[in-house]
Amino acid sequence: MGEQLLQLLFSGLTVGSIYSLMGLSIVSLFNITGILNLAQGEFVVIGALIAVSLCSIGMPMIVVFPVSILLAALLGGLIERLTINRARGASNLNMLIITIGISISLRGLALLIWGTDTYSLPAFTKGGPLFLGGAALNPQSIWIFALAVVNFAGMYLFFEHTYWGKAVKASVNNRTGARLQGINPHTISLLAFVTAGGLGAAAGVSIGPITMVTYDMGFMLGVKGFVAAAIGGLSNVSGAVIGGLFLGILEAFSSGLISSSLKDAISIIILILVLLFRPEGIIGAKRERKI
Amino acid sequence: MILKLNEITKYFGGIAAVEDVEFEVKEGNIVALIGPNGAGKTTLFNIITGALSPNQGSIIYKGKDMIGNKPFQMASAGITRTFQNLQLFGGMTVLENIMAGAYLRGKKGFLQSFYTLPRKCSEEKRIRTEALFLLEEIGLAEMAELPAAALPFGKQRLLEIVRALASEPSLILFDEPAAGLNIVETETLTNYLKHLKKRTSMILIEHDMETIMEAADRIVVLDFGRVIAQGTPAEIQVNPEVIKAYLGEDEQIA
Amino acid sequence: MKKTTIFGIIILLFILIVSLVVKSNYLFSILIIIGLYAIIVQGLGILMGYAGQVSFGHAAFYGLGAYTAAILTTRYHWPTIAALLAAIILPGTIAALIGRQTLKLRELYLALATLGFGILVFIAFNEGREFTGGPSGISSIPFLNIGSFAFDSDRKFFVLVWAVLALLLLGINNLVHSRTGRALRAIRESEYAAENAGIDSASLKLQAFIFSALLAGLAGGLYAFYITFISPAAFSYHASIEFVLMAVVGGLGTFWGPLLGAAVIVALSEILREVVPLLIPGAGGEYQIIIYGIILILLMVYKPEGLSSLGAVFDRSPKRAEQNTNKQ
Repeated sequence: MGEQLLQLLFSGLTVGSIYSLMGLSIVSLFNITGILNLAQGEFVVIGALIAVSLCSIGMPMIVVFPVSILLAALLGGLIERLTINRARGASNLNMLIITIGISISLRGLALLIWGTDTYSLPAFTKGGPLFLGGAALNPQSIWIFALAVVNFAGMYLFFEHTYWGKAVKASVNNRTGARLQGINPHTISLLAFVTAGGLGAAAGVSIGPITMVTYDMGFMLGVKGFVAAAIGGLSNVSGAVIGGLFLGILEAFSSGLISSSLKDAISIIILILVLLFRPEGIIGAKRERKI
Repeated sequence: MILKLNEITKYFGGIAAVEDVEFEVKEGNIVALIGPNGAGKTTLFNIITGALSPNQGSIIYKGKDMIGNKPFQMASAGITRTFQNLQLFGGMTVLENIMAGAYLRGKKGFLQSFYTLPRKCSEEKRIRTEALFLLEEIGLAEMAELPAAALPFGKQRLLEIVRALASEPSLILFDEPAAGLNIVETETLTNYLKHLKKRTSMILIEHDMETIMEAADRIVVLDFGRVIAQGTPAEIQVNPEVIKAYLGEDEQIA
Repeated sequence: MKKTTIFGIIILLFILIVSLVVKSNYLFSILIIIGLYAIIVQGLGILMGYAGQVSFGHAAFYGLGAYTAAILTTRYHWPTIAALLAAIILPGTIAALIGRQTLKLRELYLALATLGFGILVFIAFNEGREFTGGPSGISSIPFLNIGSFAFDSDRKFFVLVWAVLALLLLGINNLVHSRTGRALRAIRESEYAAENAGIDSASLKLQAFIFSALLAGLAGGLYAFYITFISPAAFSYHASIEFVLMAVVGGLGTFWGPLLGAAVIVALSEILREVVPLLIPGAGGEYQIIIYGIILILLMVYKPEGLSSLGAVFDRSPKRAEQNTNKQ
């Protein structure tokens, strides 16, 4: 029994790290641009599928990882210039619909290029599972967890301890003031989408070895990211990480101990309960609005 | 007496924005609420209209304690207000603004509205006629079909006042109605307010001393959330406390 | 207000001419789907365009209507018309139960919560095997009948759906120009000022939400009786999102917006399906998806207020009518 629980905890932490990554991307973009990006899941899928193609032409994984991130980041920037940037001043609802349009188009693009096949990606490191306390732990899980930690730490350091990070925060709080200091909010919006694309691909390439990759898996990944973000109050970086891990563990235990068909329902119920009764997030204090 | 405030106190994060405020409004009177910025005047308006609930105290309106009522309940009891920063329904026409202001003068609900042709509805006709009458009275009738946002600022202020009147309230709270108006407009406004005394009681936040001395029956002076003086304009004019706190030592009220 | 009379004549002529002239069942089926979606989007339009609230979960109410009609007729052998009534009432009741708490949320939070609700109901359709038939759904739903008259052909059903739609358009036109309509618009413009005019905004928003759920349920019930076979796929979150798109693309807070939006989005999918393979030989559905997404983005970037300004002939604002004549 103890081993089974530990096993569920491992798989929960793995899935939870994935959700944390999704949540982090969504929260950071929301904080910087005020846009809730419904296409974040598609960035993940495109990144992973690019990696699939690169692998198939024989590139080693150590090259594939940065190259896919770079390509997806470029794609993110391109999309921002072609859509978001041209819709300056659009209402929140219109922006949301634009990201829906992006998500639909990217899904179509993925279907066009890669079809409906299910792909897998090679793990970052070879070798079988590690055994801890009688439960198996896939090494790739450790990579994913590490990526989530690095991602979080990077964001935290960036926003709190770099000139650019502070500039970004300035542009969120006060657009005119930021302009006076020579910070261009449109550049920042571009960089935010470049980052969202890159982070999406990093997540996609890391989770590919575990989850497999299909063209249409983006939406549900995105929804899980939203749940993770919502648990943290939608604008809180640490909240999104903890929210993602919590959600992953909860899903693992509920599908392991109750029924796997209910795991999506459980995360949606959590989303609704949090939004209805703790819209500032379970973890996030009300004060902590910005990063 | 239409309104009586008892020991109204409101804290924001431990600091009292309004403390032990007590005053009364007599029927058909204009009570002016004055005091320096940050004295708690607008907070008090928010409390009286139900937007904020006080930490302590009671609001006795027509003999009943109104604490705990929401703004729309206060409005249906007969208390309404205007806003320092205009809150017009900018995308609706001038006439529609008044008709929306007259919401309480009608009864038709969602479903009835759905299956009744507006032009066949006597209630609708009545509200429209009444609204046009109000606009006529204040000289906005020829602008009835313009979007409210298209009016010049002075007219927008006027429109907001008429909109508040449209529900035929017993008490209106005016938050700086003369702010941003020129001398002529201010004078028109002052006369209009005096004219309104036949229809409703009023509380007025205003900085323009001439308007206050001219229109108010009583003045309540707030400073740091407390009432430091109240009385008739003549009494307030010579009250040393007021002169000290509000105008500085050596100035006289106009 | 002769406008309503003109509009009534136009829509009756449209129904009459189409039902007499059109022979193709394909065309009828397209028009029926447009009509059903327009019914949903009418309600959503009141919610979004007048009450200023968004819902990304209306496919749930649509589905609840369809499943109610299907289950009551196939399993409990209710008369179809009674089942249709239940298909309207049940979603409305559920909206009433969840509405008050949900509508306290603002903007994006409301969007997420309603999206979640939609996904949850979709999961329930898939998982409630005994009751809903699971992913394969419910078949052999009877045709709608009133007494001995059955709506058993596309032509009859077209007349029914569009007659319902016409009545709704009339009712909604009444509504937006009434005391309630003004109150709803007032809430959208300044909720605070509306409350101070005695408007109970929470209650009115809830009523608008219930109203939109009733209409979605009505469309769902009609859909079940038209298609006679339902499965969860038609009621997924994609459909919810599509309804919002229709409302926005058509133009929020406008008279023709919902019908226009429904027609444009349905026609767009159909046209893309027909046209894309001609332009790009051998092209599959993926091109349609991409082009559909791109057109959506273009509409939101370049026509964010929706398309209904094209149909401003009937709009009340004299200014807009002027602009239109100037363009021509």
